[in-house]
Amino acid sequence: MTTLDASSVTTTGGAAFVRRAPAPELAPPFASTGWLGWLRANLFATPFNAVLTVLTILLLAWIVPPTIRFLLIDAVWTGGDRQACLATAARPDVGACWAFVRAHLAYFTYGSYPISGRWRVDVFFALLAFGMAWLLWIDAPRRGLGALYFFGLFPILSFFLLYGLPPLGLPVVDTSLWGGMLVTVVVASVGIVVSLPLGILLALGRRSHMPAVQGLSVIFIEFVRGVPLITVLFMASVMLPLFVPPAWAPDKLIRALVGVALFASAYMAEVVRAGLQAVPRGQWEAAAALNLGYWQTLRLVVLPQALRVTIPNIVNTYVALFKDTTLVFFVGIFDFLRTIETARANPTWATPVTSASGYAFAALVYFLCCYSMSRYATGIERRLAVGDRR
Amino acid sequence: MTIGVESGPPKVPLLRDPKLRGLVIQILLCVALAGLVYYLVRAAAANLERSHMASGFGFWNQPAGFDISQSLIDYSSSTSTYGRAFWVGLLNTLLVACIGIVLATIVGFLIGIGRLSSNWLVARLATGYVHLVRNVPLLLQLLFWYSMVLTALPDFRDSVHLPGGGFLSNRGLFLPAPELGGAGPVVMAALLIGIAGVIALALTARRKWLDGRVAAGLGVLLVLALPLAAFVASGGTWTIDYPQMSRFGMRGGMELLPELVALVAALVIYTGAFIAETVRAGIMAVPRGQSEAALALGLSRPLTLRRVIIPQAMRVIIPPLTSQYLNLTKNSSLAVAIGYPDLVQIFTGTVLNQTGQAVEIVAITMAVYLAISLFTALLMNIYNARMAVRER
Repeated sequence: MTTLDASSVTTTGGAAFVRRAPAPELAPPFASTGWLGWLRANLFATPFNAVLTVLTILLLAWIVPPTIRFLLIDAVWTGGDRQACLATAARPDVGACWAFVRAHLAYFTYGSYPISGRWRVDVFFALLAFGMAWLLWIDAPRRGLGALYFFGLFPILSFFLLYGLPPLGLPVVDTSLWGGMLVTVVVASVGIVVSLPLGILLALGRRSHMPAVQGLSVIFIEFVRGVPLITVLFMASVMLPLFVPPAWAPDKLIRALVGVALFASAYMAEVVRAGLQAVPRGQWEAAAALNLGYWQTLRLVVLPQALRVTIPNIVNTYVALFKDTTLVFFVGIFDFLRTIETARANPTWATPVTSASGYAFAALVYFLCCYSMSRYATGIERRLAVGDRR
Repeated sequence: MTIGVESGPPKVPLLRDPKLRGLVIQILLCVALAGLVYYLVRAAAANLERSHMASGFGFWNQPAGFDISQSLIDYSSSTSTYGRAFWVGLLNTLLVACIGIVLATIVGFLIGIGRLSSNWLVARLATGYVHLVRNVPLLLQLLFWYSMVLTALPDFRDSVHLPGGGFLSNRGLFLPAPELGGAGPVVMAALLIGIAGVIALALTARRKWLDGRVAAGLGVLLVLALPLAAFVASGGTWTIDYPQMSRFGMRGGMELLPELVALVAALVIYTGAFIAETVRAGIMAVPRGQSEAALALGLSRPLTLRRVIIPQAMRVIIPPLTSQYLNLTKNSSLAVAIGYPDLVQIFTGTVLNQTGQAVEIVAITMAVYLAISLFTALLMNIYNARMAVRER
């Protein structure tokens, strides 16, 4: 801390040794910096922490090596049937049977969609990716046009593309043939495309000053949020056919889509309501002072601000919806998880490791989809927070 | 130029009067809704009549005629009614919910505190757990744990004999069950009274007349000693019902289904990750100055956590925690995927298939979940009103 003033030392005289330059800085003690210091600070700070560290290492040693052995080292990558994945004398430990997943990859993606028509599904995926990229890239040009595309043009295009339009040479493909990732994505996308506008209306209804509108919105939202999705799906699948003449009975997929859309709307309404509450009162008052009507205020002033702060939560709702689509399993629809369940029972591939391989693959796919979306939501949240920090 | 001074409210054209417009919109909405409901009911009635389906709740008292693998109350396929089956399913749902909530809270708090630990390895492990579990659908996890539990357990014929007379196989865990005979109901009643007493104690514990430690001791005494006293007073004889292995299955004893174990494991692991996040958010919401002030007062780290941080964090944690509890209860309906006999599996599954009365059965099931949700919401509002910070 104190620096020696060399000149003042020399003038006192008589000293045998006078230091004229500062001594070289000593390196900090190794035990408090470097990797040892890091270990001491982060892993062995107290006896309790040291015990925790040791226990955690033991836990990891118990879980991680066998998992890696199963998923990678002992895994079977190629093969035509179950023989490839059976334990033999030469290879007693068999890991994940990726050959099984490879053999069923097309089934997991398209279900029983006719092979000649699978390009249509690929085009649908591309259209979806395009629309999502447009909307989720915050600085993208003409995002209003993107919203119009995603909520208006894209659903109509996808319907004709996937279901068929005979005059244009697209033969009709019955929805009972749809399956795999296609159905999962369709259910989740329909959920989001329907639930956002409906959710906005419900949220506005809940904040309305008209008692009838408010009461009905609250009843709908709280009713749907109070029951499990599975009962909503059961209701849609057994009760919808009762409400229409038998000739018009909607097919299974439509019923499930109605159930999912209603369910998602109630959750979306709460998300949007939070966004609406984040818009200060002054914004409404300023709009009123400018003589804007209710819908003009919403369209030009309130919703742009409310939806912007809501984007992370909308994405999180989409993640939840994406996971919840697995429940259409129970009303007889072949979504991604159901195709895996079906393939796992295929006798051609029946081995002790088939189930675990199928589940591991499904978990990986769901994890990659959901995790990347949640990371995106977190990133946006952080970015919006920067804007608000003035 | 003259400036007109308006007297009274400004004149608005009838069409633009907000009050009138609001009224008209509401009336139109109600009429449209009533019309829709009327049409739906008519259509449903016509369709039901056409397909000769019964309606009404007459099925409630008809004999059920199917077996249920786990039942907390007396139930037999030959004599019990659909109504009885409903109660069996509801109790099984509540059983899973209760076990799941207790365990998920423990897991959630451990992981949530672990994520904030100064121990690098523990924090990373907890974070990885939360990310992994939250981003994989619950149904997939459930199917995975069920197949794990089934593969891990031995076949029924090779049941493992546990010391003390139990058996473990892929049909479940069979344990000797104590039979209290006639004393059973009395002991049960005493236990319930004891629990009620503890709740009453907890509610009045804020009053000053009782020391915290005395209250805790009294609570233990009420829950343990009261049933014991009742048991001794009512004769005090008991036998043990040992499970017997026969060719076709196990007889006697009590049984823990592998489905129950898999369901509870999946629900606890999944909900635990969500609870961990609410716990973390709650602890982070407590200002840093609070823990610094506590350390400055000489409180140790554990004491700071217990007496300063957690009481303040709880206020933030409890509301989202309750909604996680509700989610767990609602998610327990996934039991139908692995065949655990919960409300949805028994009622909207078997009973619906046998009676075909979809409207009534789905309505009853939804009403049950709705009632649970609304009741919890009510408790939550009361709690919030009591715990709200009294601001000046």
